[in-house]
Amino acid sequence: MTVASTPASPAAAPTLEVRNLRTHFFTRAGVVKAVDDVSFSIGRGKVLGLVGESGSGKTVTGFSVLGLVDPPGRIVGGEILFQGRDLTKMSEAEMRDLRGNRVAMIFQDPMMTLNPVLRVDTQMIETVLAHKKVSREEARQRARDTLGMVGIPSPDERLKSYPHQFSGGMRQRVAIAIALLHEPDLIVADEPTTALDVTIQGQILAEVQKLATTTGTSLIWITHDLSVVAGLADEVAVMYAGRIVEKGAVSDVLDAPLHPYTFGLIGSVPSRNKRGEPLRQIPGMTPSLLNLPPGCAFRTRCPRAAEVCMAEPEIRELAPGREARCFRPMNEAAEQAA
Amino acid sequence: MSESMAAARRALGDGAPMVELRGISRRFEKKLDFAGRLAKRLGAGVREETVHAVDNVDLTIRKGEVVGLVGESGCGKSTLGRMVAGILPPSDGSILRDGTELLDRDSAAARELKLRTQMIFQDPYASLNPRMRVVDIVGEAPLVHGITSRSGFDAYVDEQMRRAGLDPAFKRRYPHQFSGGQRQRIGIARALAVKPDFIVCDEAVAALDVSIQAQILNLFIRLRSELDLTYLFISHDLGVVEHISDRVVIMYLGRVVEEASSETVFASPNHPYTQSLLASVPRIESRKRAFSVVKGEIPSPLNPPPGCHFHPRCPHAMERCKVEKPELKTVAPGQRSACHLNDMA
Ligand SMILES: Nc1ncnc2c1ncn2[C@@H]1O[C@H](COP(=O)(O)OP(=O)(O)OP(=O)(O)O)[C@@H](O)[C@H]1O
Ligand SMILES: Nc1ncnc2c1ncn2[C@@H]1O[C@H](COP(=O)(O)OP(=O)(O)OP(=O)(O)O)[C@@H](O)[C@H]1O
Ligand code: SF4
Ligand code: SF4
Ligand SMILES: [Mg+2]
Ligand SMILES: [Mg+2]
Repeated sequence: MTVASTPASPAAAPTLEVRNLRTHFFTRAGVVKAVDDVSFSIGRGKVLGLVGESGSGKTVTGFSVLGLVDPPGRIVGGEILFQGRDLTKMSEAEMRDLRGNRVAMIFQDPMMTLNPVLRVDTQMIETVLAHKKVSREEARQRARDTLGMVGIPSPDERLKSYPHQFSGGMRQRVAIAIALLHEPDLIVADEPTTALDVTIQGQILAEVQKLATTTGTSLIWITHDLSVVAGLADEVAVMYAGRIVEKGAVSDVLDAPLHPYTFGLIGSVPSRNKRGEPLRQIPGMTPSLLNLPPGCAFRTRCPRAAEVCMAEPEIRELAPGREARCFRPMNEAAEQAA
Repeated sequence: MSESMAAARRALGDGAPMVELRGISRRFEKKLDFAGRLAKRLGAGVREETVHAVDNVDLTIRKGEVVGLVGESGCGKSTLGRMVAGILPPSDGSILRDGTELLDRDSAAARELKLRTQMIFQDPYASLNPRMRVVDIVGEAPLVHGITSRSGFDAYVDEQMRRAGLDPAFKRRYPHQFSGGQRQRIGIARALAVKPDFIVCDEAVAALDVSIQAQILNLFIRLRSELDLTYLFISHDLGVVEHISDRVVIMYLGRVVEEASSETVFASPNHPYTQSLLASVPRIESRKRAFSVVKGEIPSPLNPPPGCHFHPRCPHAMERCKVEKPELKTVAPGQRSACHLNDMA
């Protein structure tokens, strides 16, 4: 890949800016507010970690950005500004042209991307030709280069295989290579390493990290694993019950979380400093999105809940570059204790 | 035994052996597919392939210990766990439980020993009968084995549920009416209801969200000291294993490559594979950093590399490694490792 050498000017607009996104599912049981008032932005070449537990709305957020939400789901509000253009206002044809070209998605299951009955070279060449007027041979060369970038050994020979002839880790690399074919400006990666072994995950994370810094591609990395975010991302947004409850620079958020949920989540991660001791656990479980408690959705599990939490907290800036959706954030706890 | 005494004994590793594996192997025949069978009938030299899922493993688990078993997918953790639990016979070797041969299926003593070993699985849903109510899932086995009586049944089940953190008011419900974490608690209540002293946990927290995982890990830690349990804790998650284990065993393609106390394994791993594994694990303490990389793929267990299985990926591989299998040897007090580098010092 030709490394784009034009550095972004500091004043450059973010690659992606999502404002007050709301994506709801209209089910027989009721309206599921899978994504409710979600806002974030990503600069060029930056990695945003989108974390949260299962059902918190991470995938639906990613699908919304790519225009992949199917009925009964629908984007009911907000803007998704990609390089200044609002994706929610685009036609399906325009979106299709954008997808796989300027914006790409990597799924947890690489077979969402790969066609099982086509050889890898055929799929990759077709993908190149779908958006670029080049010769077949040029397209093949591009496919080869991209596979090399994701660390697939002897890509020439590998190109002629079918997806099932690859291991899970290799399949995921091919899917990543396909996402990279057009040097997209934005990649949404939905738990792409969750199903992989740790040494293979390490290999892929290393490649991805290199890509973001050398190509200027912006990444949304969806995961439930805070440790992956710690090593990979610049910024992190924590989701709970369809909303972002905290966001900021990775080291700020992980070192001194502001939201009680983030605090609990970090304490739940087993790590070397806590061997054999009980982990600091969050009581209870995630409420059903159909049946959220009134007020703060975390209230029933929150050790800091108080009378004020019966109202719905808005996300607000609590320190420069740091936002949380909480009336009684952790930094105030520290102040009170001091 | 007081808690601190138990802890001290565990640290010294001088508890009596609970389970001893001696030269345990397990092979699976991989049946030929249609094309393979056809080729064989036409006279091609195709043979049914053999997976050496577990290859000549010696392992001792002492009373009161938590032994963590780690390794990447397909390395034989579950196969070893099932043999230890007595639900899968080994192809070779012997398993002693409290000094008694576990494989002697006919003796009443062996059956009793088997009941005292319980297994907890990754997917609690798959291991719970969907048509049974929780009360029967938890209470059936103790009733059959005379651990509780008809008259004491309800109180007994309530106690088991409460201990696992479940509200006995829900005992007439079916498994699908519970969340993933609660279903794992049902699995734990069921396992503990037959009064085992040894639990094999196979990826018991792998399917759970991190906040629920923390609750279940805390439950395991509490139950261990309350009931004086011994665990074999199988997991591919090194963070989880490090957190809960006193001793850690690392497998690669059917073989144990290293074994030592948790502290030693994580502070000064000896085997190059252990070192690579630890370097690959993302850590919440680390910040924006270059992920270090082990080269290559995990080879197929059908056709593992000769000599040291790890040699194609090992940064220190020598000629010898390609032909000669390294034996598991003591390299420091309480630490064993299977690597030729240890012969060179
Ligand atoms: N097609 C659908 N119909 C109804 N509800 C849906 C649909 N798709 C998603 N949802 C709901 O939207 C919510 C968010 O789902 P989403 O898949 O985004 O969660 P997630 O954070 O990606 O979780 P996971 O970690 O399990 O992948 C969930 O409560 C889910 O049940
Ligand atoms: N019943 C079986 N028949 C054939 N092969 C089997 C059987 N059970 C296990 N194997 C093979 O034995 C090897 C070890 O499998 P095992 O399930 O013990 O690995 P594992 O370490 O538990 O992996 P994972 O982390 O994926 O659970 C694998 O190659 C597997 O395919
Ligand atoms: S708003 Fe109140 S209940 Fe919600 S997280 Fe903050 S302190 Fe807890
Ligand atoms: S025996 Fe050789 S190949 Fe195997 S781990 Fe040791 S140095 Fe590496
Ligand atoms: Mg998801
Ligand atoms: Mg297994």
